[in-house]
Amino acid sequence: MRKRSGLNGHTILLLITIALFIVLYAGGCIAYGSKGFTHLQTFLNILITNAGLICVACGLTVVMLTAGIDISVGALIAMDCMMLAVGMRSGIGAVPMMLIVLLVGVAFGTFQGFLIGYLEIQPFIVTMAGMFFCRGMTAVICTDQVSITQEINATFYKLANMKINIPFGGYTNKKGMYMTPYIRITVVVALLVLLAVFLLLRHTRFGRSLYAVGGNAQSAAMMGLNVKSIRMRAHMLCSVLASIGGICYCLNTMAGSVSQALGLEMDAISSAVIGGTLLTGGVGNVFGSFFGVLINGTISSIVKTNGKLASSWPNILTALLLFVFIVIQSIFAAVRTRKK
Amino acid sequence: MEENVVLMARGITMTFPGVRALENVDFTLRRGEIHALMGENGAGKSTLIKCLTGINDFEAGEIRIAGINGPVKNHSTKDAQSVGISTVYQEVNLCPNLSVAENLFIGREPLTALRTIDRRSYNTRSQKIMDDLGIAVDVTQNLENYSLAIQQMVAIARAVDMDCKVLILDEPTSSLDDEEVEKLFVLMRRLKNQGVGIIFVTHFLEQVYAVCDRITVLRDGHFVGEYLIEDLPRVKLVAAMMGKNLDDLEEIGKENVRDISKNPIEISARGLSHTGTVKPFDLDIRKGEVIGVTGLLGSGRSELARAIYGADKASTGTLKVDGKEVKISQPIDAMNLGMGMLPDDRKAEGIIGDLSVRENMILALQARKGMFKPLSRAKQEEIVDQYIDLLQIKTANKETLVKQLSGGNQQKVILGRWLITQPDFLILDEPTRGIDVGTKAEIQKLILKLADEGKSILFISSEISEMLRTCSRMAVMRDGEKVGELDHDLTQENVMKAIAGGEQKND
Amino acid sequence: MTEKSFWKRVTGSGLLLPVMSLLLVMAVNIVFDILSGNNPFNFFMITLQQTTSNGSVLYGRIIDVLNRGSEAAILAIGMTLVVSSSAGTDISVGSVMSLCASFCCMLLAGYGVSSTNELAVPLVVGVLGGILMGSVCGAFNGTLVAYFRIQPMVATLILYSAARAVGLLLCNDLIVYVRNSSYAFFGSFLGPVPTPIVITAVCVAVITILLKKSALGMYIQSVGINAKASRISGLNSRRIMFLTYVLCGTFAGIAGIVASSRITSADSNNIGLYLEMDAILAVALGGNSLGGGRFNLAGSIIGAYTIQAITTTLYALGVSTTQAPVFKAIIVILIVAVQSEPVRAYMKKRRLARAAREGGAV
Repeated sequence: MRKRSGLNGHTILLLITIALFIVLYAGGCIAYGSKGFTHLQTFLNILITNAGLICVACGLTVVMLTAGIDISVGALIAMDCMMLAVGMRSGIGAVPMMLIVLLVGVAFGTFQGFLIGYLEIQPFIVTMAGMFFCRGMTAVICTDQVSITQEINATFYKLANMKINIPFGGYTNKKGMYMTPYIRITVVVALLVLLAVFLLLRHTRFGRSLYAVGGNAQSAAMMGLNVKSIRMRAHMLCSVLASIGGICYCLNTMAGSVSQALGLEMDAISSAVIGGTLLTGGVGNVFGSFFGVLINGTISSIVKTNGKLASSWPNILTALLLFVFIVIQSIFAAVRTRKK
Repeated sequence: MEENVVLMARGITMTFPGVRALENVDFTLRRGEIHALMGENGAGKSTLIKCLTGINDFEAGEIRIAGINGPVKNHSTKDAQSVGISTVYQEVNLCPNLSVAENLFIGREPLTALRTIDRRSYNTRSQKIMDDLGIAVDVTQNLENYSLAIQQMVAIARAVDMDCKVLILDEPTSSLDDEEVEKLFVLMRRLKNQGVGIIFVTHFLEQVYAVCDRITVLRDGHFVGEYLIEDLPRVKLVAAMMGKNLDDLEEIGKENVRDISKNPIEISARGLSHTGTVKPFDLDIRKGEVIGVTGLLGSGRSELARAIYGADKASTGTLKVDGKEVKISQPIDAMNLGMGMLPDDRKAEGIIGDLSVRENMILALQARKGMFKPLSRAKQEEIVDQYIDLLQIKTANKETLVKQLSGGNQQKVILGRWLITQPDFLILDEPTRGIDVGTKAEIQKLILKLADEGKSILFISSEISEMLRTCSRMAVMRDGEKVGELDHDLTQENVMKAIAGGEQKND
Repeated sequence: MTEKSFWKRVTGSGLLLPVMSLLLVMAVNIVFDILSGNNPFNFFMITLQQTTSNGSVLYGRIIDVLNRGSEAAILAIGMTLVVSSSAGTDISVGSVMSLCASFCCMLLAGYGVSSTNELAVPLVVGVLGGILMGSVCGAFNGTLVAYFRIQPMVATLILYSAARAVGLLLCNDLIVYVRNSSYAFFGSFLGPVPTPIVITAVCVAVITILLKKSALGMYIQSVGINAKASRISGLNSRRIMFLTYVLCGTFAGIAGIVASSRITSADSNNIGLYLEMDAILAVALGGNSLGGGRFNLAGSIIGAYTIQAITTTLYALGVSTTQAPVFKAIIVILIVAVQSEPVRAYMKKRRLARAAREGGAV
């Protein structure tokens, strides 16, 4: 019997994304090779800087698969960082504080998920309110910037500064010292999250039901899936992953402040979209989103290495990519409906 | 319960606000038969199916299922599935972004010891199911990579695998081509031989005679009869479906004997078509003429009208209005040429529910005048009052939201919307559907009055009797094609023969 | 008797929710003032105060609400139309405000100049340029939504993240100051009245006249309720949807000029921050369904001022600027939860059950 096509549009989108990353990175290497762009550490730095974002992008991929969205994640991260900073300043240990942050993530996500799944309120509106709430709560906890120093919590400090060396890919600097490439613990966490979510999406009933709900919620319901509960759990998972991201983010910045992680939700959404996740739901995977984050990171890195470009370029370029990918997606969708 | 009977419905009655959708309807399905459920719009087919599948709660009557003691009452599709009733709709209710195997097993996937999905096991099992049913697919491929016919077969396979005794196929063939339909029939016959009872809803007569064993006909919510396929030739089937509505409208009678043959031609279509719905057709309509377009539901009768009006932009052909060739790419173009169209689906394309009666009625005239030449409120009220009077629309006042009106009055509002624009050519697609007899008579009289005033009218209805009373000529549609015109000997019998077609093949 | 008909009119016109919320906020103010021993009607007091730069001007909490709420009210006009026609929201308006402010200041100061007292181009050119930039942004959004059929939120996400950055680029990464009293006019006073109030009034008047004197209002609602039926009745559904986005962008441009004029500069990072949320909230609070269709402009505008009144009240209660969003969030959730389909269905069922019980008892 006839099949429509071997390579479907979604695989093509993902391949475009990976190719785009390679081209961008290679371009960076050629243009800024003399400034050290070719070193392995440059790539590892992209991972270190964006470890939190990787976790958040995984979470957003999960909700976007169900045709949802979560714009509260940036504010949730700010609240997490502030909770960690203020909590540890008042003497609570690093581990209990991290657990508290995760629990808050679960509670917050469950509430948002309830409103979205069971009360059928648009995810955008619910998470917009969630964003207000978290930003405001951050200020309620403390309006000043709180730094986490070695004196406040030695464990957390040690964790943040721990280097995990990579046995290859080093280089000798101008002073003749051998620089061993390294990553931070946050990168390990982020990659574990990536792997876990990948396995969840591909190999569990819950994972597959996310795709079913996003593909056609009505059909999913008729096939006996509990669509409401699935939506709720997706949003809960997203908030939990964002909280893990928040801990990673805090390990990077070592501070809590009201204006932290502003606009991070948009970086995460654009990463997922560039990585081939459809905002209409049902299509996408976390590896695509991972490459989306890498593309965003590479753009920032190139702009930073250049040193002369205006700081707003990364935002503009990301938005441009977002535009291109959204239009491509809408064209694919139009072609598909015309075929039928 | 008789032996061999898998499903028996007796005396099913169901009312919607103001309408009796089903009255005392019986239905019997036997093991291993394909049973066609036939009827025109509003006959109650879908209501009956919804009663069987638990979507509708019927008021009286009972449903019995083989192997279950006592009457069964389903409250959800899930309930229905648990007693062995599965439904496959025209719109495939599966997830296109998942693989064929996943669509078969979603929510009940076999698990490994690690509580992960045992993909290999359900892929093999799915492949076996599909092979057994003779459906050639690679179950690991996404469903959207396959044609609609295959998707439908996957839906059927899922239903069968969930252990169904009664399989309801609700217009499954509407979007399939001939070859795909044949494949579906092969599958249906195979299931029949396995002992599944199949209820087949379709509006293609060919297909009924190709595959069914028995026919139950409904009309206006009533049970007309159950027939063996051999006992019911096409013309009789069409007669049973359309009925001979000998209502109190006879006095309108044959007033349409006016001679219009010398009137100039108002609309002239040559080779007009819309890809996928209506094949190229020619049609001339004279000034002051009422032309009927007849055919069964889905025969392309509405699509013909839509192609003229630009509701679906014509793919090929030319159109002349008053002898001048015109280009119509959207409805407003047609309106500027003096056309108007009352679409058949009142809810989806007719009323604008949350707007008032006044706004609904004034809309088309306003659209023709343009956004920046608004009618003054006083002028609007004057016009609307005049037409509310003329059409005797029953509404609390002009500012009542149109969705609060009864169906018949909603229809009059839309009719008013077009009459206000003073059209030269008016398309009325099922203007009398779902409205009471009195209003029907009013609308029929109005049609004749408009024709007397020199307007041309294209009238579509599933009731032949009312077309006979109003039309001087009829175009006959079958399977998306205009197959002929009748302009003399307009009798119920002749029209039904023309609609049924293919008589020789079956007798 | 008259009282009853008044109530009927309020509930019938769909203004119940915004009016009730506004009254509630006022009541809270009165209670607060009584508790703190002030004049109970402090909130409503309007006095004339002498200032050095602007002569005698109106002063009072209610004037403050009307003044500070101007941008949200202007945005709410456009947002109402967008929601009505497309059943979606334009989340880019805050960013677009910032871009328009930057563009206007760049024109007035000249590219690359960070501070100026002299205008590089006539004031009119700068201001109209800024507003026109808003229309262009609106047209971009409108094209994506109406012609490419992309969900409104997704389509406007692009400018949401890009517009602010483009504005920063136009200003060469600087905060551009236009220290010229003619530019400051839009954010200061016209006679004794704050100019933003006058500008808002003009915007409301213009759109009201447009809606009254053309069929636009009916067209937008018609398309929003049933786009298919509207098309059959001769409306160009897509063009109308497009138009609402252009209008929305234009109003964002005007709001951007006002916001920038208040601080006589283009602070790209802060102008219009979170204002899209206020605008959406104003529409919802105004009793409009975010599902599109019928709209009530008066409700949205009252909604916008209600939000400002809440903010002002919170400040008066000693809540800081950064903490106020917590309360806004709670209000949003309460409003949308009450309006949500399952809750409504549940309430209806309860009402019917009660009616049935009472009917049975009689």
